[in-house]
Amino acid sequence: MKYETVIGLEVHAELKTNTKIYCGCKNEFGGEPNTHTCPICSGMPGTLPVLNKKVVDYAIKAGLAMNCSITRYGKQDRKNYFYPDLPKAYQISQFDLPLCQNGYIDILVEGETKRIGITRIHIEEDAGKLVHDDYGNSSMADYNRCGVPLIEIVTEPDLRSPEEARVFLETLKSILEYTEVSDCKMQEGSLRCDVNLSLRPEGQEEYGTRCEMKNINSFRAAVRSMEYEQRRQAEVLDDGGVVDQETRRWDDVKGISTVMRTKEDAHDYRYFPEPDLLPIVVSDEWVEEIRSSIPELPDQRRARYVEEYGLPEYDAFILTSSKKTADYFDATVSLGAAPKTVSNWLMGDIAKLVNEREGEPGDIPFEPAHLKALIDLIEKGTISNSAAKKVLAALFENPEEPAKIVEKLGLSQVSDEGALMQMVQEVMAQNPQSVADYKAGKDKAMGFLVGQIMRVSKGKANPQVINKLLKEALDQA
Amino acid sequence: MKISKEEVLHVAKLARLKLSDAEAEALSKDMESIIGFANKLNELDTEGIVPTAHAIPMSNAFREDVVKPSYDREEMLKNAPSAEDGGYTVPKVVE
Repeated sequence: MKYETVIGLEVHAELKTNTKIYCGCKNEFGGEPNTHTCPICSGMPGTLPVLNKKVVDYAIKAGLAMNCSITRYGKQDRKNYFYPDLPKAYQISQFDLPLCQNGYIDILVEGETKRIGITRIHIEEDAGKLVHDDYGNSSMADYNRCGVPLIEIVTEPDLRSPEEARVFLETLKSILEYTEVSDCKMQEGSLRCDVNLSLRPEGQEEYGTRCEMKNINSFRAAVRSMEYEQRRQAEVLDDGGVVDQETRRWDDVKGISTVMRTKEDAHDYRYFPEPDLLPIVVSDEWVEEIRSSIPELPDQRRARYVEEYGLPEYDAFILTSSKKTADYFDATVSLGAAPKTVSNWLMGDIAKLVNEREGEPGDIPFEPAHLKALIDLIEKGTISNSAAKKVLAALFENPEEPAKIVEKLGLSQVSDEGALMQMVQEVMAQNPQSVADYKAGKDKAMGFLVGQIMRVSKGKANPQVINKLLKEALDQA
Repeated sequence: MKISKEEVLHVAKLARLKLSDAEAEALSKDMESIIGFANKLNELDTEGIVPTAHAIPMSNAFREDVVKPSYDREEMLKNAPSAEDGGYTVPKVVE
């Protein structure tokens, strides 16, 4: 049987605030265990939380960037469960009045724009970390992460394949980076996602039974877990079985998921309004103030690159998916460089070198002015394209004026027609047979002669000028 | 409203309470009367009344995003029944 896959995601993003959500402890990754804690975030009795205003600012900013409506009267709720990484035995979250609701993100899949619904975005606190190794029958609890502010972004079940989900996650990540509400460092766990996936026979309207997958630590793991899960559910259904609603744990090393909780022992969180915190009332002025702080977002930038600079959709998409790369592109173009030329360098040789050096996209050690100068040197005919690649590699090693690098490495090409004409005549005189072949209509002979001239010039002759001069000389010969 | 012994035991489990049979029996009677009392509210017509999010009519108590020194770790760990390597040690739970 053919099935359609239905996927919804719950993404947790740590916010880039200075302090935790309810106390003044530092919001910082790493640090010796329990050095960023206080009685509030470690859940001592008698303490009272006070909400960090920045957390509300950032959640609303993310909500506006994802086209949500902003809740004007929000509240916080307690989600109750026992686990040693949660010292209060409840997590402060939002239940029925989340800050943002009913938004969407447009993603680009196979050249088509697809709109993915955002059900809600709410604020909540992160839990601590448990270390299981080296402690025998005990685990060690580190509460540094307790109270780190999170937004949870919940999507509608609008995704239809693991690939769509991957593109969605990449797009979401770039929006969070552009708005600067999260630094999205996957390896530090600042962006995590849970996956809900179900199958339904093709053409059926009603959704099938879904499974939730947890413990997904990278986009790659997310895609793999989804591929595994759609295969697993298809096998169950093909065998005439029924999919049980359950929570499964993804094991990325083994590439499988296993049952974590069945429907019967699903958590009963007993949400209730958090009595220690007051309602959040959001005024129009506050929303507008935040709206005015939102920079140009990836899809707006993409559209601008296509309209204003005439870049292909593909170029625009690649450039804008990394804010750093797009900022670099804008800076170079604003210096007067041709947009498509800049795009080619950024997507080609520069991206390759950044990648080789294991940098994040856009980690370019030299200034946009250097790239502009390099492009100018090629356009003026001072250096050839292949020499430019050498200059680029040198720029990555030691950023300085490209003209200086050209001089140091002796890369400038000879465009002076007088000097080149001499070489042309010399080579023609040494290779009468090739000249005769060309005259007899063998165009290939021309290529051989160009090669000989390049050799005589030690690779420094400007090939365009050589071509022009040689053709003239041959036609007269 | 009838509260069964099973319901009492379910709630007890969520609160990590261990109850004897006699306690569960007695509590089911107690809960019946407590919930019965609270259920009286359902007789009121609350049509058009906004649910109360908080008992105090105040809103927007915020803190600026300014770092304050954290507590001394050893001081914090003094409260723990068991600690090791700067962390709270707890019975191993792997979910």
